[in-house]
Amino acid sequence: MQKWADNRAWFLILPVFLVVAFSAIIPLMTVVNYSVQDILGPGMSVFVGSEWYKEVLHNPRLHDALFRQLTFSFCVLAIEIPLGVGVALTLPRKKGVWASTCLVLLALPLLIPWNVVGTIWVMFSRPDIGLAGVTLNEIFHFPYNYTADPLHSWLTVLVMDVWHWTPLIVLLGYAGLQAIPEAYYQAAKIDGASRFAVFRYIQLPKMRGVLLIALLLRFMDSFMIYTEPFVLTGGGPGNSTTFLSQFLTRLAVGQFDVGPAAAFSLIYFLIVLLFCFVFYTTIVNLGKGEAQ
Amino acid sequence: MARIDLNEIAHSYKPNPQGPDDYALKRIHTTWDDGGAYALLGPSGCGKTTMLNIISGLLEPSQGQILYDGKDVSKLPPEKRNIAQVFQFPVLYDTMTVYENLAFPLKNRKVPKDEIHKRVLEIAEILDLSPDLNKKAAGLSADAKQKISLGRGLVRSDVAAILFDEPLTVIDPHLKWQLRRKLKEIHKRFKLTLIYVTHDQVEAMTFADKIVVMYEGELVQIGTPEELFENPEHTFVGYFIGSPGMNLMECTVSGGVARAAGMDIPVSGVGTRRAEEASGKQKVEVGIRPMYLDVREPDAEGLPARIINVEDLGSAKIVTLEFGDTTVKARVPEDKALPAEECKLFFPPEKTKVFIDGRLAK
Amino acid sequence: MRMKKRTVALLCYLIFLLLPIYWLVNMSFKTTDEILSVFNLLPENFTWANYAMIFTDPSWYTGYINSMKYVALNTIISLTVALPAAYGFSRYNFLGDKHMFFWLLTNKMAPPAVFLLPFFNFYQTVGLFDTSIAVALAHCLFNVPLAVWILEGFMSGVPKEIDETAFIDGYSFPRFFTTIFIPLIRAGIGVTAFFCFMFSWVELLLARTLTAVNAKPIAATMTRTVSASGMDWGGLAAAGVLTMIPGAIVIWFVRNYMAKGFALGRV
Repeated sequence: MQKWADNRAWFLILPVFLVVAFSAIIPLMTVVNYSVQDILGPGMSVFVGSEWYKEVLHNPRLHDALFRQLTFSFCVLAIEIPLGVGVALTLPRKKGVWASTCLVLLALPLLIPWNVVGTIWVMFSRPDIGLAGVTLNEIFHFPYNYTADPLHSWLTVLVMDVWHWTPLIVLLGYAGLQAIPEAYYQAAKIDGASRFAVFRYIQLPKMRGVLLIALLLRFMDSFMIYTEPFVLTGGGPGNSTTFLSQFLTRLAVGQFDVGPAAAFSLIYFLIVLLFCFVFYTTIVNLGKGEAQ
Repeated sequence: MARIDLNEIAHSYKPNPQGPDDYALKRIHTTWDDGGAYALLGPSGCGKTTMLNIISGLLEPSQGQILYDGKDVSKLPPEKRNIAQVFQFPVLYDTMTVYENLAFPLKNRKVPKDEIHKRVLEIAEILDLSPDLNKKAAGLSADAKQKISLGRGLVRSDVAAILFDEPLTVIDPHLKWQLRRKLKEIHKRFKLTLIYVTHDQVEAMTFADKIVVMYEGELVQIGTPEELFENPEHTFVGYFIGSPGMNLMECTVSGGVARAAGMDIPVSGVGTRRAEEASGKQKVEVGIRPMYLDVREPDAEGLPARIINVEDLGSAKIVTLEFGDTTVKARVPEDKALPAEECKLFFPPEKTKVFIDGRLAK
Repeated sequence: MRMKKRTVALLCYLIFLLLPIYWLVNMSFKTTDEILSVFNLLPENFTWANYAMIFTDPSWYTGYINSMKYVALNTIISLTVALPAAYGFSRYNFLGDKHMFFWLLTNKMAPPAVFLLPFFNFYQTVGLFDTSIAVALAHCLFNVPLAVWILEGFMSGVPKEIDETAFIDGYSFPRFFTTIFIPLIRAGIGVTAFFCFMFSWVELLLARTLTAVNAKPIAATMTRTVSASGMDWGGLAAAGVLTMIPGAIVIWFVRNYMAKGFALGRV
């Protein structure tokens, strides 16, 4: 659509700008402010320049957290995207009560407060009272205990994230599939296309747009994951499930190391921003490529 | 290249159809001759697309059989039927080039590579797609896209019939006739059976040798454009074909006269006797094409009427007349002089048709 | 046969999805003693006591009220400011429009943990700490960009000719916007409200940090119970079930628009 060129449109944007400025720019400036000062007490602070940044960047525990974070995000994407697409393909194509029911059930985990998600999984996987925990221990005689074994803990967080967020991919993928006109399937039938060819040449290309959004959203959210592992494992045992947000919160609220926490916040933000910028540019360019 | 027989076909989208209203197609029994160009004409929702999908195998009819050259194919899936179908909106594989699009149906059938290459080049040449072969199909114009959809059908050497489902809907008007001419050319060259669904009578008449008119799930008439115009078998054909459509008035028939709108219109022919029997029990209508309605001077022979409006089309005039308690339209030649207001209308008996419950009385 | 395989796969996934929820519901009808002593798939002594406890103890149910309050406030604020902005983005080219749009989206991408500390200090300084409005404003950080994004998608689907016709007919901009345009994008507003509700409802980190006593959300009330000695599993389960209900109700209303709302605009 050709748009009108008019700079007065800024007046329409102004309210949003003010609200977001109030809730984003001012706090962000505070963070920048903290990150270059050492606050010794109320009203007493020393300018320290880039010292906190250096300290944070050389902190080996941060490196560990970053590495864990990247591994986690990668696993999350590698499992959730194919699984979500797969489930979206199994959903009934025709609208009806059954399809609606499936959609509502699928969306359910998305609307559970994140700490409740954690609580649900605590109750589900505890070796003493949880359905999964007890089943694994008693019936399969597998010594499963997510509170003690770092690997079990890490896997439990991963499964929980898959449980929590795969529905989002399913809904997005389903939305993409719904946009395919029936004629495409009919033409493919007449052309003698196999089930796989239909997926490869019709469904996947049509889902690509939504899947990129899904990828972006899931990457962002998995990179910021905090509440669910906080409730489930509290970052432990040891540091096995301490991801970046966890680390940051501990630094800021737990130890009140305001300076390093602020410096770390900004680095963290920049990392997310960088990834998102790459994704965003890719999506926009793909859109342009299609329009040509 | 095949003759297609539809043998007592009926279809309902409901699992347990009760009355005839549950059927999208009601008992269709007909033959499509090998090499014929047919237009399937009818208003939206009359079952045209259902019929097309049954022929191509996308739908399995609730009842009846489909025969290709006498062979029962009712249970065969579309890819086994050697049918090509072009849809209302161009269907393309967006990620493929034009070449790959055209090669796709052959690749799926495991045709050898060099054979595919030969066929694709040949078809692209016929459809004027050769210069675009290496372009992404997604970027082309709507008419080129429709040509690719068509090409995917033609590329198979064994294709028996091509079905079109309103393929020109999304094409710009000035390209429409070009593409239509291309279709005719292909029809001549390959001697294929063509079935062309449309709701546009002009498109149907210029394209097809025979027009099949559908109405509410039934085939009401099959014939050449002239036959449909001269002898409509159904009030729907009378009203749908021709511009403006046939004048239709409810009437009762007795003693060789149809009494409609408070007037006595003389009728003749074999149907008159049956219409007399049906009068009062069934819905009887009298109809005449505007073209055959003769508008005369007030002192001439005929029934009294009054001119309300004259619309000049350039090639002819459409006259709206008050006739009894209703209005009728007449189409008169451009150069004919018209009376001022009061006039007489003459109904030539051989052109005046009587219909019982919508069907021509005979 | 293929249809069957697909349905079986779908059912397997749904079972995986529902098992943890089933277990939560199951627990909510047991007493804590029963939970700790026996392992059974259905409650032996079916009890409503956990729910009764929540509805009678003010420290529990005020949590729900507080949550509802800031969620509602946030949804209203987000929609009010996002509507004109989305209109601006969908209809006009102006200086810096693309940058502005991207900048807005970056806020959706900012980790809430980054803003934790400054929010805490900032709201304390301006005296909004421990109020619903503080949480509502903080949630605007990610909900406003999202609302603009979704609404812009819906608005771009409305032809510009409608606006032009209305202006030619002498409508003023505010009158056109409220009497013609907003009714046209009703569905979009519904979907946006749903997403604002959803993200505000599920967020805990900011909501917990910005409140202490008076505006404490239900989610935070639950974390307190987790850390208390001698855990009240039954009560916790019941509270968990209750937090799912508003979401479930909302989904039911928007189920037909949901997929569309997720996918809108940029596809």
